[in-house]
Amino acid sequence: MRGISPDAAEIPLPIPMNSYIVEIKALKKVYEGKQRVVALDGIDLEVRQGEIFGLLGPNGAGKTTTIGICTTRTLPTSGTVTINGIDVVAHPARARQFIGVVPQFNTLDRSLTIYENLYFHCRYFGMPHSEAKSRSNALLAQFLLSERGKAYPAQLSGGMAQRVQIARAIAHRPLVLFLDEPSAGLDPQSRIAMWEAVEGLRKEGITVVLTTHYMEEADALSDRVGIVDRGRMLALGTPQVLKDTHGARTVIDLKLRNIDGADSIAEKMKVLAGVDGAERIPEGVRVFAGNVDGLLPELIQVCSPLGLRDISIAEPSLETVFIHLTGRDLRE
Amino acid sequence: MSSAASEMTATGAPNRSGGMVFLKAFAGLFLRDLRVLTRELGPFLLRVGMQPLLFLFVFTFVMPHMSSGNPMAGGAGTSFGTILLPGLMAVAIMFSGIAAVALPLSTEFGITREIDDRVMCPVPVAAVAIEKICFSAMQSIIGALMVIPMAIWIPAKPVYPEIQNWLLFALVLVMSSLLAGALGLTIGASVNPKQIGLVFSIIVVPITFLGCVYYPWAGLKQMVWLQYGVLFNPIVYMSEGLRAAVTPSVEHMPVWAILLALTFFLGILGSLGVRAFLRRVIS
Repeated sequence: MRGISPDAAEIPLPIPMNSYIVEIKALKKVYEGKQRVVALDGIDLEVRQGEIFGLLGPNGAGKTTTIGICTTRTLPTSGTVTINGIDVVAHPARARQFIGVVPQFNTLDRSLTIYENLYFHCRYFGMPHSEAKSRSNALLAQFLLSERGKAYPAQLSGGMAQRVQIARAIAHRPLVLFLDEPSAGLDPQSRIAMWEAVEGLRKEGITVVLTTHYMEEADALSDRVGIVDRGRMLALGTPQVLKDTHGARTVIDLKLRNIDGADSIAEKMKVLAGVDGAERIPEGVRVFAGNVDGLLPELIQVCSPLGLRDISIAEPSLETVFIHLTGRDLRE
Repeated sequence: MSSAASEMTATGAPNRSGGMVFLKAFAGLFLRDLRVLTRELGPFLLRVGMQPLLFLFVFTFVMPHMSSGNPMAGGAGTSFGTILLPGLMAVAIMFSGIAAVALPLSTEFGITREIDDRVMCPVPVAAVAIEKICFSAMQSIIGALMVIPMAIWIPAKPVYPEIQNWLLFALVLVMSSLLAGALGLTIGASVNPKQIGLVFSIIVVPITFLGCVYYPWAGLKQMVWLQYGVLFNPIVYMSEGLRAAVTPSVEHMPVWAILLALTFFLGILGSLGVRAFLRRVIS
């Protein structure tokens, strides 16, 4: 596991591990209007220097709002966010020097070439011509885009545009990079290329905060994961710790033809060896199991009087952690 | 500030404090717009030049060559050219402002959100909006100056500018151009991209025709209601200001009133535009 080693000598970071690059305290955001929407309901979070942090949650959980506030684009209703010790509400322009952002959608400047997108970004952040030029060329090479430098954003595939957006976001050497749903709309191959690009940022010492509703992505990329739902932080820790404490159990959904007797079936299942718990779901019974060996035949047998229609098994993962915490699937 | 600076060094990041950050970012934004403009230099020149070119051609060349029986010929003679010169400069200024800010902004605010990267510059967001006004003003000045050679070459009888007070000329030119940029910003940031075409018919065309462009303000004295009604129109002060600076022999408003009104409208539209811009990028 990639977890942060307590041995600081192994990690080439200039500051101690206990210092936080992003600090979020009691963050609330309420959108007033015809329908009052509480997007964030008191989020607390600290992101350490050099780590890759994943915010995992379904659509509408408050992930994008959190990123919006951290990147000075959304104003919080209450609570504070500091980036490198700078309050983002009080000093947004100063905080932006330390922030890189890859938004959910392609916001590349359509009037400029790929090279110019990088070059002018460097100029906005105060680099003189020669430095901006060499930095842009180096980034094009690093992200395997050198041949497309003269192309316009409209001529790029989704995966390539995403790589340009990451290159642009880190061009001014920010301390922390925010990636909002970085793999939304990418084909599987581009998604892996994007993961590799994010992994590469670790070597440069850039802290990464990413949001995702793909649990595989959060699991594969993040040192630590925060699970958010309905504007609240439900759990926080390394993927392994989360699985150990909240859901190191296989979730087996049994869909039944006749659901009237499902309650008594659930009771029967609870006493089977290896079953940690069983509960009613609208279409049948959900079983949480620690040890699946030999259990499936028994479950099928118990169900047979009511007619088993479908069975689905979810191995222990952040998905099962989420189900355990909320009673819902991530994609519901 | 000193604690923040030491913090920056502590984290190993380059020291990025200081007022130069602002100027450099502003210059970067300006260079970006300049790059985009140079790529479209031909369309830019056509855009600002076509209207004054055709106006001068029809009203000061074609009309005077028509027979004296033409009812238009009386009003549209060589003296009309003198009235038209500052007016057309005002139109060029205003159209540049709309075309340089309102149109691109409405697309950049649209589905592409292209403005996002610039909004993330290490400067207050208002500076990004003010850069738009300044860049638009530069285009307006070029547009207005282009009218002068046209007025010399196209009309049947050349119209020469009679600038006596260069300071006044520069002041009016710059203020009018900034005002046009502020108007463009207000329109671009507050109008839905789908309705930007409609804005031309219901805002741009009326304020041009009622902007004392084709007639001096003093000429309206027979219609008092109109003479006072148009005072709400900022274009009036652009035309009258240029009239005072470029063709002072034609009757015009007092200079102090012109400058006062230009300052007033620049303040109003500038703050409205910046506020609308902020509303669009900060939620």
